[in-house]
Amino acid sequence: MALPQFSRSLTGLLVDASSIVHHRTFSVSAVAAAIQKLTRVRVVDNSTLGNTPFHRPPRVIHVYTKNGVGKVGDRVLLAIKGQKKKALIVGHKMPGERMTPRFDSNNVILIEDNGNPTGTRIKVPVPTHLRNMEGDYSKVLAIAGTFV
Amino acid sequence: MAACTKGVGKCIFSLRLLRSLQLQHERFLSTSMCRLAAGNDGKFIPPSKPVIIDKTQTAASLRKFLSPEFIPPRQRANPLKFTIERKDMIRRRNVLNIPEFYVAVTMADPNASGKTNRFVGICIQRGGKGLGATFILRNIIENQGIEICYELYNPRIQNIEVLKLEKRLDESLMYLRDALSEYSTVDPEMKPVPISPTGEVPVNKMRVRMRPKPWSKRWERPKFNIKGIRFELCLTPEKMEHAQKWAEPWREYDMLKEYDTSKLEEDIFREVQQGMSNYTSASGNWCNVQRSQALLFVSSISLLYIMSSFNVIALRYLH
Repeated sequence: MALPQFSRSLTGLLVDASSIVHHRTFSVSAVAAAIQKLTRVRVVDNSTLGNTPFHRPPRVIHVYTKNGVGKVGDRVLLAIKGQKKKALIVGHKMPGERMTPRFDSNNVILIEDNGNPTGTRIKVPVPTHLRNMEGDYSKVLAIAGTFV
Repeated sequence: MAACTKGVGKCIFSLRLLRSLQLQHERFLSTSMCRLAAGNDGKFIPPSKPVIIDKTQTAASLRKFLSPEFIPPRQRANPLKFTIERKDMIRRRNVLNIPEFYVAVTMADPNASGKTNRFVGICIQRGGKGLGATFILRNIIENQGIEICYELYNPRIQNIEVLKLEKRLDESLMYLRDALSEYSTVDPEMKPVPISPTGEVPVNKMRVRMRPKPWSKRWERPKFNIKGIRFELCLTPEKMEHAQKWAEPWREYDMLKEYDTSKLEEDIFREVQQGMSNYTSASGNWCNVQRSQALLFVSSISLLYIMSSFNVIALRYLH
């Protein structure tokens, strides 16, 4: 009778300890900023490259814009799992224009050099104003699940 | 027979009492039985018709409520600017029904971008004055926190619907970004919760649990004055004590910062009421419903005197 309780408490302790170990107690980047060089991003498609765990989070090493600041719809170059890979921004923390969504994380999807998405599905909502932007996003919009 | 007449007498008496009391919900009670019963004494009393109240229909609010963006900020700008803006706001409000909602659990769904797009979320902040007034809705969809800042008077908004009306302990719920995700999750298929058109708006005294520290802001600092966070779960008493170092208790005695809007509110409220009724009478007959609502609003002011003072407090709180 006491054994399962004991085991449960033990597992609870372990879980607590692990959460303490993994959790950083200091903030590591500016909360509200658009995407620039060395921004850590979250890959939100289902590609294997973006979803296999790695000890280093994917980082932006170049932004393909004139001013070096990436917003929704801009292309970036990622350093992901020790290799270079292009990606498309589909949401960021910095509030954009009114009536457009602001996300809680900096989301990107991986794309090939010719602009085709690597994954086959996007797991989080995609902003609708990506539709109205000029540029060829039709393949990205085709694999998007929900729009917001 | 005697017992019956006695019963009838009792019934009439109680009905008269009801009538004399003039309850707020008098619309829901039929007192016409009294007259009938008085006519034919003790013979036949037709039962009063059952009054069916459709709780799913949102009735016109009888509360005296002035949206906070009508109150001009305290600055040296020409007051004519605010007058003209108010006129435009009233014009927009005649086309789009903008309901009463607070920085609270208030869900709304504006439609946007060509084909309509519905977004349901909790309103975490209301900002801006005049035509530029905004509100921010927050929701968590597929484990992704999303916020959208809507402009209240933007012509792209087609419909705003309050699904649940309540107040929270704080004037801004920005700390929900750092709270556990369950507190900002709203079901997009949520059915509207019936709102009573009279009476006070219920205050939700829920206090949220936060994620572990680094937060986007130091919410424990006195300048935010947050009551809706369970600080005792994430901070030690020493840390809470330490946060009080940044308290500025002398600010509340700063007489130059006082901005008494009660008189201004009364004037603007009257102006808005007049503007709404003018517009509805000038335009076509589809506005009949709205006009009757406006009239109800005017007639209910005297009745809702106590509540109006309450709302004034609420507005100041928001301001």
